[in-house]
Amino acid sequence: MTTGTTRTVEVELSTTGLSPDGKPQRVPLVVGGDMATAVAAPPALEPDLEGEHMLINIGPQHPATHGVLRLVLELDGETVVRCIPHVGYLHCGFEKIGEYRQYNQIIPWTDREDYLNSIGNNVAFALGAERLFAIDITERCTVLRVIAMELSRIASHLVWMGTTCIDIGAFTPFLWGFQERENIYNLLEGWVGARLTTSATRVGGMAADIPDKWLEGLQGFIRTFPKTIDECERMLTRNAIWVGRTVGLGVMSPDEAINYGLSGPLLRASGVAYDVRKDFPYLDYETYDFDVPVGTNGDVYDRFLVRVEEMRQSVRILEQAVKRLPDGPVNVDDPRLVLPPKHKATSEMESMIHHFKNVMEGPRPPIGECYVAVESPKGEKGYYMVSDGSSKPARWRIRPPSFVNLSAIPKMVEGHLLSDVIAINASIDIVMGEIDR
Amino acid sequence: MTAPFTIVYPGTGADATPATPKRVPAHGGPVNPSAAAIERRFPGGVTHTAVSRGETAVTVRAALVHDVIQWLHDDAGESYEYLSDVTAVEHRELARPIEVVWHLRSLRFRRFIRVKVELPKGTALSVPSVWDIYKAADWLERECYDMFGIEFVGHPDLRRILLWEQYREGFPLRKDFPLRGRLSRSEQLRNALAANPEARYSMEELSIADAFEELPADMRRRLASGEKTGE
Repeated sequence: MTTGTTRTVEVELSTTGLSPDGKPQRVPLVVGGDMATAVAAPPALEPDLEGEHMLINIGPQHPATHGVLRLVLELDGETVVRCIPHVGYLHCGFEKIGEYRQYNQIIPWTDREDYLNSIGNNVAFALGAERLFAIDITERCTVLRVIAMELSRIASHLVWMGTTCIDIGAFTPFLWGFQERENIYNLLEGWVGARLTTSATRVGGMAADIPDKWLEGLQGFIRTFPKTIDECERMLTRNAIWVGRTVGLGVMSPDEAINYGLSGPLLRASGVAYDVRKDFPYLDYETYDFDVPVGTNGDVYDRFLVRVEEMRQSVRILEQAVKRLPDGPVNVDDPRLVLPPKHKATSEMESMIHHFKNVMEGPRPPIGECYVAVESPKGEKGYYMVSDGSSKPARWRIRPPSFVNLSAIPKMVEGHLLSDVIAINASIDIVMGEIDR
Repeated sequence: MTAPFTIVYPGTGADATPATPKRVPAHGGPVNPSAAAIERRFPGGVTHTAVSRGETAVTVRAALVHDVIQWLHDDAGESYEYLSDVTAVEHRELARPIEVVWHLRSLRFRRFIRVKVELPKGTALSVPSVWDIYKAADWLERECYDMFGIEFVGHPDLRRILLWEQYREGFPLRKDFPLRGRLSRSEQLRNALAANPEARYSMEELSIADAFEELPADMRRRLASGEKTGE
């Protein structure tokens, strides 16, 4: 599908071919251009099957669909004419369960929706609940949450890069990426005790402050990680196969991308510089110095470039956050919300009653509603909560970025080859836990 | 060759620099100017406006909601070009009407508004679809229909999305739906075992490619006999 429709990227082939007289020669390679000029005799095409269409089913159990996604494709030869996605195989009613849980009890559920970004979801939910309670968090907590969000953004993008490489046929960046992801999870384990299902936040603060010497570990990560990005980029950015498999696929123009409600790297790859951190800031993001990378062509390749650059920007934010991390309390000074220290709860009667009432009855926010959105690695993740004054929300709604992004997949794959469907689907960066909830 | 797009910079029409909201009161505060603009444009169309946690919610009459959102999208002074979310709220007080909620963003002016419609209990739960304005509404409206049973008139393909199409137990996010579902665990297990996972192609999908004739005979027979799947 890329014939004559794409940018030419300069590529050098590292292996040499042999000329007819046995001398080594460079093989000319044109990416995305007219292949006929590069290959003397174009391969014979299959005879046209006279418009007979074939129906093909991908998934729900298929490694390249990144979860239990099922795509029903109508093919004309190898070209996709129509795509019908089916979701819902993981549906387990998070929003319904949330109506029966106190606010702090919902936080473990947020781990399990976008499970590559669990600590980011914890922060997002806590921000929403704090807005509902109409309280402000402490300075130290704000900076710690920024560190949490950016670490989880890097971890999520690394998984995206690794799995997409595997879909397209490269294996090495996957391993490099997962090694760095392991470092991030080691840091998170040292902080909150869990790697994947972190449940790190509480309404009004965090479950735990960072331990001693933790920042040194983070600084070590900040020092070494950019090197890994460089290495991955060296493997991919100017790689002929990578470029050939990604350029010109799944193009969305800015107007289309906005109209389809895309968000996150997809929207920015299409040339819309919308980032919730910049445009509707939270956690004092407006005071950090970072750039929003924007693509120009809206294709899979641009989405890759945007995500790689976002990882570098996240490192910049982490550097600034480490520098400015203030001392002081992590939790707000509000006995309605925060539990007493454990040693007091087990030794003093008043603290035990306080603990008991907070756990059994739960804090009650004032009546009202709020919608708080954050920039998750997938896009605009929003939590809409309605309080009727009781300790459990009357309605808890997750605005899942992957769900809305995936709804545009029929538009993106239309007219592309079957093998490109895999690349386009990978570029959306879906997490089915979040889509199905 | 796809020409490089013109980059859209949000906030180009905004006069305020964005900042993290601090000390947001539970109620009251500055009202989004678009709320007053809607009242001016549609006199009598707005039933009430409320500010909760710094966010303006405009409740409009159900018949007008499509026009209001169309105008918010099209008008150069409003420019709400981004649909964040479509959802619904049913309150614990069962007498209160069900609310359908649209969350709209203006990237240009960095504004956020919540448009609401109240559907009293006992009336038909139907509102106009905004799919013709925002393509983002496609799956969001389907999910809302799936979970609440609200019909979005004008949606081209309004069927269940997260639950399977043959699901008959009702609408899970309604307050009269029990948390554990309507069927017992043993009934759910029996249904799951009796379901035929092979016959997952719906007739609609098969007819699009005229591929029905090419199916194995047994599958064709099952589908033609109208056998339900997933039940």
